[in-house]
Amino acid sequence: MSTTTTPFLSVRNLAKNFGAFRALHDIDLDIHRGEFVCFLGPSGCGKTTLLRAVAGLDLQDSGTIHMGGRDVSHASPSERDFGIVFQSYALFPNLTVADNVGYGLVNRRRTRDEIAKRVNELLTLVGLPEQGRKYPVQLSGGQQQRVALARALATAPELLLLDEPLSALDAKVRERLRGEMRSLQQRLGVTTIMVTHDQEEALAMADRIVVMRDGAVEQVGSPEEIYRRPATPFVADFVGHMTFMDAIVTGPGKVRVDELDLVVANAAPFAAGTPVRLAMRPEEVRTRGIGAETPNRFEATIGDLAFLGSYCRAHLEPTGSRATRIAADFSSNAMRDLGIVPGQVRTVAFPPEALHVFAGEGR
Amino acid sequence: MSDLVQPLPMTDTPVKVAPLRVSERHVAGALILALCAVLVLIIALPLWALLSKSLENTDGKFVGLANFVSYATTPSLFYSLLNSLLVAGVTTAIVVPLAFLYAYALRRSCIPAKGAFYAAAMVPVFAPSLLSGLALIYLFGNQGILKSWMMGASLYGPVGIIAAEVLYCFPHAMLILVTALALSDGRLREAADAMGTSRWRIFHTITLPGARYGVISATFVVFTLVITDFGIPKVIGGQFSVLATDAYRQVVGQQNFPMGAVVGIILLVPAVLAFFVDRVVQRRQSAMLSARAVPYVPKPERRRDLGLLGFVSLVALAIVGPYAIAFWGSFVKYWPYNLSLTLGNYDFSAVEPDGWGPYRNSLLLASLTAVIGTSLIFTGAYLIEKVKLFPRLRAFAQFLAMLPMAVPGLVLGLGYVFFYNAGWNPLGFLYGTLAILVINTVAHFYTVGHITALTSLKQLDGEFESVSASLKVPFWSTFRRVTAPICLPAILDIAVYVFVNALTTVSAVIFLYGADTKLASIAIVHMDEAGAMASAAGMASVIMATAIAVKLLHVGLDNLVFGRLQQWRQR
Repeated sequence: MSTTTTPFLSVRNLAKNFGAFRALHDIDLDIHRGEFVCFLGPSGCGKTTLLRAVAGLDLQDSGTIHMGGRDVSHASPSERDFGIVFQSYALFPNLTVADNVGYGLVNRRRTRDEIAKRVNELLTLVGLPEQGRKYPVQLSGGQQQRVALARALATAPELLLLDEPLSALDAKVRERLRGEMRSLQQRLGVTTIMVTHDQEEALAMADRIVVMRDGAVEQVGSPEEIYRRPATPFVADFVGHMTFMDAIVTGPGKVRVDELDLVVANAAPFAAGTPVRLAMRPEEVRTRGIGAETPNRFEATIGDLAFLGSYCRAHLEPTGSRATRIAADFSSNAMRDLGIVPGQVRTVAFPPEALHVFAGEGR
Repeated sequence: MSDLVQPLPMTDTPVKVAPLRVSERHVAGALILALCAVLVLIIALPLWALLSKSLENTDGKFVGLANFVSYATTPSLFYSLLNSLLVAGVTTAIVVPLAFLYAYALRRSCIPAKGAFYAAAMVPVFAPSLLSGLALIYLFGNQGILKSWMMGASLYGPVGIIAAEVLYCFPHAMLILVTALALSDGRLREAADAMGTSRWRIFHTITLPGARYGVISATFVVFTLVITDFGIPKVIGGQFSVLATDAYRQVVGQQNFPMGAVVGIILLVPAVLAFFVDRVVQRRQSAMLSARAVPYVPKPERRRDLGLLGFVSLVALAIVGPYAIAFWGSFVKYWPYNLSLTLGNYDFSAVEPDGWGPYRNSLLLASLTAVIGTSLIFTGAYLIEKVKLFPRLRAFAQFLAMLPMAVPGLVLGLGYVFFYNAGWNPLGFLYGTLAILVINTVAHFYTVGHITALTSLKQLDGEFESVSASLKVPFWSTFRRVTAPICLPAILDIAVYVFVNALTTVSAVIFLYGADTKLASIAIVHMDEAGAMASAAGMASVIMATAIAVKLLHVGLDNLVFGRLQQWRQR
């Protein structure tokens, strides 16, 4: 029934309300077999609600969900085929690690030896061999998280759901587990959906990111697409850093910000005279290799400088401009080589392809 | 490794999974329906029978409020209402301040032996209420060793009732106030100290407001306990009649069921009021303390601690003393003229045809109630809290489970008489059997157990059931393997609570026992009526010793559970 072209999971017109609050509306989404998809958005955007609807834990008000070609819109969780890891892990505290991992195997007419063997495999898989006889309370947070992952994978589900699985952990552990989980997922090829509010996590782990806002999908795309070509100002602002500037279209591929005339590569369908919002990532501001031919070149004063470890964030004030302040990131190398200090006036440039044009205020 | 997560064949999935869904939903639905049916049968219908009986005449014809009118216009009945209000009011006015100070000493001072003082105040909980009455008779009654202290006044009447009720209600008020005083933010105290606030000002601007909901709650609880108590006025009330004794006389003495029902409904009023006040108070109380509050740790302060130690010792002596005297009295040959000791009073067959039979009945009742009641209460709470199907039915079950809290035992007992004794009721065969006593006792103490179970279930991770569902493990497996073992301490709490109360209760069962099912607590009433006070005190002492032994066993078992049996609780 399912081939590589039909999606493994397909969601259509999904909607859910909590009283007057629209938690989800008009959600359409296809997820392919083996994909790692992240639902990303601020709290209250509906990402967890969507995940729980996919799991069947909270049923939607309307819309359909198909899983592996089967209509599971009204199926209970146990009729769907998924494993899940919660933010709290929900490990059974009174059972050993091995019993936790084997919890879903006991009912499936397997012998004790088969279960023990499978549990061992899984614990090895998540890097916790020899820990089977401990109780969850004796493990660290990161270890508990891996046990929860092993338990979710034990029944070989076709779909793995992760509800903020890393957010209860320390930054260092989180970063390490991020990589481990991603490589594990790729090895197993299990279709995975992860809910997160951490854009860095989503960028690092996902094949595709679903950015959500106010119960609706804002943009779906690969991490690079989301980062390089945000579809809306919201996505641009939520993922990575972005400086927004009010501008006016002056001609095809031309805009003006205050006194600055700029060329943009992505010639957006805006007529001359239209107010627009111009957006640009701090790391795209160029300070080196600027020649006479470099477009969008201008003088700017270096305002305050914030030291952020591997790079510095500066605020630039273009000469002759009244209010515009533009964030720019300079690597430690650049800082050293160019001797950047506050108050300096430098020539900088905006690469035309790095400038995003969005509809202006009031549109 | 990659063979670990092989997709299941597509055709296999629906076949394997579909039957699970049907059975799990059906089982959940059937269980919740069964729970509702049981609660309707043991709680809702008896109460409905009481209400409808109060609107009928003795022939079963509907007469509207006529019974209430005749109640209000019969002076002897109306006076009992006033008597009840007087006794309850005075008792409350004495108990609440005493209990507050006692609880304050336990929570906010550095007196030694707090555990012992706590235990001493709890003693009355383990005895039938009328033992405090018997104890006072030993001390201040016609043959009392301290009769001279009464200065000619009679113990038998309001004075005796109030004194005995004070003893009996003290632990209930103290428990509430200890909890209320535990909830306080130590930072408020520190801030006040830092500003050089006087102790009296701290007390009435921080301590008292912080505990005011506890005080309100304790006031209502004590008032309700006194007004609905039957044992003490029966034993020590003499000719002074109160609502509870009236209800008994109307139903058992005069077979005037409608008038008994009217008294029952009047008894329901303060209890229902207390119930709603308590719910409002609970909500406020929990909102008062933020998660970041730091508990107050008292620092030694010699003068305050000595003063409070004196007070607490006096109160503890006043509580334990009478019970000790009654215990002693049960071994005395002929109080107070021949104080030599004997075991003769414990040969109950001299005054009770069945000898030790009532005690055995009580033990059986308490055991059965503990086992059946705890199973029903905990399973019911699980279905209500954790199974996310059939929300309306679950809300209905929750309502019924909370109802017994607002229904005094005496009133519930009356309802049972009217419902299970009715000619049309096919369940009438239960009347007079041990079964109906068990059912009634379960219903009587349902709510406290239910709240204990809910509290413990709410502390579990809400996603256990979701995880189980994703692993295709039915909820009853998770209940057996995870939920029940984790909640074992709460289950023990419920079982012991139900056991002790089943052992000591008089009020509901006095209407329901049969010739073969007389309980120890009822035998005490009869022995006292027959003038065999030493035997009555003896039986009450046996009950009390059993209840205390079970409680000690519980403490030991709890240590075992937290220590060796459930090692997963320790790091």
